[in-house]
Amino acid sequence: MTTRRAHPARCRAVGLPAALAALLVVCVLSLAIGALPLAPSAVWHGLADPASGAYAVVHQTRLPRTLLGLLAGTALGLAGAVMQALTRNPLADPGLLGVNAGASAAVVTATALLGISSLSGYIWFALGGAALVSVLIYAIGGGASSTPARLALAGTAVNAALYSYVAALELLDTGALDKMRFWTVGSIAAAEPGTVLRITPFILLGTVLALGCAKPLNTLALGDEAATALGAKPALTRGVAIAAIVLLCGSATAACGPIVFVGLMVPQVAARITGPDLRWLLPYSAILAPVLLLGADIVGRVVARPSELEVGIITAVIGGPVFLLTVVGRERA
Amino acid sequence: MSPTMKRSVGVSVVFVALAAVAAFATVDIGQFSGGITEADAFIINQLLLPRILTAVLAGASLALAGAVFQSVTRNPLGSPDVLGFTQGAATGALVGIMAFGGGALVVAVSAWIGAVGSGVTIYLVARRGGVTGGARLILVGIGIAAILSAVNEYLITRANIVDAAAATVWITGSLDGSTWSGVVILAAVTFLLAPCLLLTSRSLRVLELGDDLAIGLGLGVEKVRLLTLTGAVLLAATAASQTGPVAFLALCAPHLARRLTRRTGPNLVPTLLLGAALMLWADYISQHAIPNRVLPAGVVTGVLGGGYLVYLLAHQRKTGQI
Amino acid sequence: MSAPANRLATRNLTLGYDHRQVVRDLEVEIPDRSFTVIIGANGCGKSTLLRALARVLRPTSGTVLLDGKEIGAHPSRHVARTVGLLPQSPITPDGITVAELVGRGRFPHQGALRRETPQDRAVVERCLAETALTDLGQRPVSSLSGGQRQRAWIATALAQDTELLLLDEPTTYLDLMHQIEVLDLCARLHAAGRTVVAVLHDLNQAARYASHLIVLREGEVIAEGAPDAVITAELVGRAFGLRARIIPDPETGRPLVIPLPSQVTAK
Repeated sequence: MTTRRAHPARCRAVGLPAALAALLVVCVLSLAIGALPLAPSAVWHGLADPASGAYAVVHQTRLPRTLLGLLAGTALGLAGAVMQALTRNPLADPGLLGVNAGASAAVVTATALLGISSLSGYIWFALGGAALVSVLIYAIGGGASSTPARLALAGTAVNAALYSYVAALELLDTGALDKMRFWTVGSIAAAEPGTVLRITPFILLGTVLALGCAKPLNTLALGDEAATALGAKPALTRGVAIAAIVLLCGSATAACGPIVFVGLMVPQVAARITGPDLRWLLPYSAILAPVLLLGADIVGRVVARPSELEVGIITAVIGGPVFLLTVVGRERA
Repeated sequence: MSPTMKRSVGVSVVFVALAAVAAFATVDIGQFSGGITEADAFIINQLLLPRILTAVLAGASLALAGAVFQSVTRNPLGSPDVLGFTQGAATGALVGIMAFGGGALVVAVSAWIGAVGSGVTIYLVARRGGVTGGARLILVGIGIAAILSAVNEYLITRANIVDAAAATVWITGSLDGSTWSGVVILAAVTFLLAPCLLLTSRSLRVLELGDDLAIGLGLGVEKVRLLTLTGAVLLAATAASQTGPVAFLALCAPHLARRLTRRTGPNLVPTLLLGAALMLWADYISQHAIPNRVLPAGVVTGVLGGGYLVYLLAHQRKTGQI
Repeated sequence: MSAPANRLATRNLTLGYDHRQVVRDLEVEIPDRSFTVIIGANGCGKSTLLRALARVLRPTSGTVLLDGKEIGAHPSRHVARTVGLLPQSPITPDGITVAELVGRGRFPHQGALRRETPQDRAVVERCLAETALTDLGQRPVSSLSGGQRQRAWIATALAQDTELLLLDEPTTYLDLMHQIEVLDLCARLHAAGRTVVAVLHDLNQAARYASHLIVLREGEVIAEGAPDAVITAELVGRAFGLRARIIPDPETGRPLVIPLPSQVTAK
């Protein structure tokens, strides 16, 4: 593993506005690019002026889609960073470890067996599914002998098991298959204003919890015994961190479907700027992850015109090789 | 014969008996008590016998491949289900179904190509930088699996609903399409490769002790890994091309065989027999579990195997094996 | 290049991992029937050298010679019947018993088709007896104490039935009693006529048990020979950066290293 260079505080402080600027640019692009391309000025009119011709496009589709990308990106980036800190494992990712699949299996259950089809109904199932898998993964990853490979393997196996379960449900009910196959790929294209409003409180709460446990998680990185000696409460910190992961992943998955690798890539990139200090790493991840997610979404809108590629496919295609590079790099050093 | 060896033989006999019972249940001899008509004979010869033989051969092949994978990766979860291989077969099959209309032969060939292709890719990426040992093969497999899963999800969204349903059935794994020509191919590959893999059992046992010690004992570590993985991939790819990658059979059979025989090491012969028995039973249960609904066999192995896996994860982390 | 006088030797041996060079141009000979101990500070290349001697690590350049011929040029099985290796962290398969583990050491003596012979079983029995594990043969390795487990691994290497035995830090992670237990076992194996090569951390243990010492510093041999001749205050200073006084061990008469405070302190 490459040793992280010590970064002067100046670099981190300068980077933050730069990251925010990047986020702003991506948001504007996300509003402007689509089946009907809009100039930045038209976007502005569309946002502010109900009389503008672009008002309907911007308010009904582009704005919810962009906001959903922002929320889901932040959620996945933060969840990934917290997860990596919690398991002391650079390969931890809510998608790879099955948390998103847990949420998604619960949603498919709700849809296929109970006939629940609205987001406000199945978001609770998503949270429950995410919680179950989080606890399972944590129980495995918290073991004394856990290594990055073992944890990733356990997560992938859980993913495979959940996949079989979902496939079984879909086979029993072809209607569910038809509906769910679009959802399980991970997309923010179908965002509606209601979706965004519905998940905002969950993601806000999750964000507050995640940022709140940055400092205690820093201490926990030294190991439980040292942390306890320094006055930290490991059990409480872990509880809060897992709650944050569940809220963030559960609600993001309920709204977008399972998305992999965002939570893996972003904290790794962010750590190159900030070093391992979570008080910096978490905000950076929260800002850079939506940049990646919206960027991927924009790419997906452009590359396959006139149709679109779902954002979950783009992130997997970018994230997979990043994951492989991390693996090869780690093992070599 | 040592007591563990005796136990191993005893357990193997039980597996064969279990397989035989499932086979008889599948044919359901009782229904022919009034004598066999010509139509009955046709059903038995053209539908049930190929189905049973496919189950036996594919189950044995998948289980054997799983045992080799787990032994080489030194991890009880290191099975083809988890390491990108199944996903590769699925990608191939999806392309076959969607692009070329999904005839049985086309799907079989494209799935075979997808499976072998992903196996080769994983090995080559893992091989960069010299050795494939340790966690490398596993991690690279996981990465490839994640990419291919996304590709598969994407392909399914692009298919029409009939193709999507056919693809989901295929990915889950089913014995419905069994034919005599498939049995012939499966039998040829299985009878060629399985004995070769069984002969490597001793080498695999040494490889399990770690690369350094294995080299010290005179084992050509990379050569053994390459040969056994090639054999396992070909075996599993051929089985998957006929039945689909029946979920978790390759992961669970080696485990159960080891627990029942209480022998360490790859336990290849009992695993192979258990694989055949499990496949037959999964098929029988999937045909009869829900009245008037016929499910693919992979649903049964997937749900039961998934449950077993979660138990395994919760239970085995204490022993540090996962 | 002179022909080596001993079975195992190196010529111009350079070793490294990726681009990091660990050992440069090394010429060592392992005296036949010696108990050779390789010592040096952390990162000096001790284990790297041992791994190369066991042909687990391929040299960047130069050669390891076995019986005057490059070790990689011998058939692998022949090497495995001549040189045994206990690596630093071997893997214990889940649930394996001591006897099974030791039995796996018979690998180089078995063909692909040949089953375990009575002779194999006799060797396993003998190795269990030599390591005082006969009563524990049917116990799972995971249930043993650290010292017993290490003895089981040594028994596995013994079952290989080789004249040369290489042990990579066999005493690390063991408490003092078990360290002595393992070293006494090595001494017995040496007395029985084997060539034993071990990497050790503890200077005093090395001085006490070895018949031949190889001292490494930054990948180079800075001294070799009998402990009495090699261990001096000056050498300890050079190899470990440690001020020390050397006195004869009251028990064995071998050199005993007494470390001195790292700075000159006024009494």
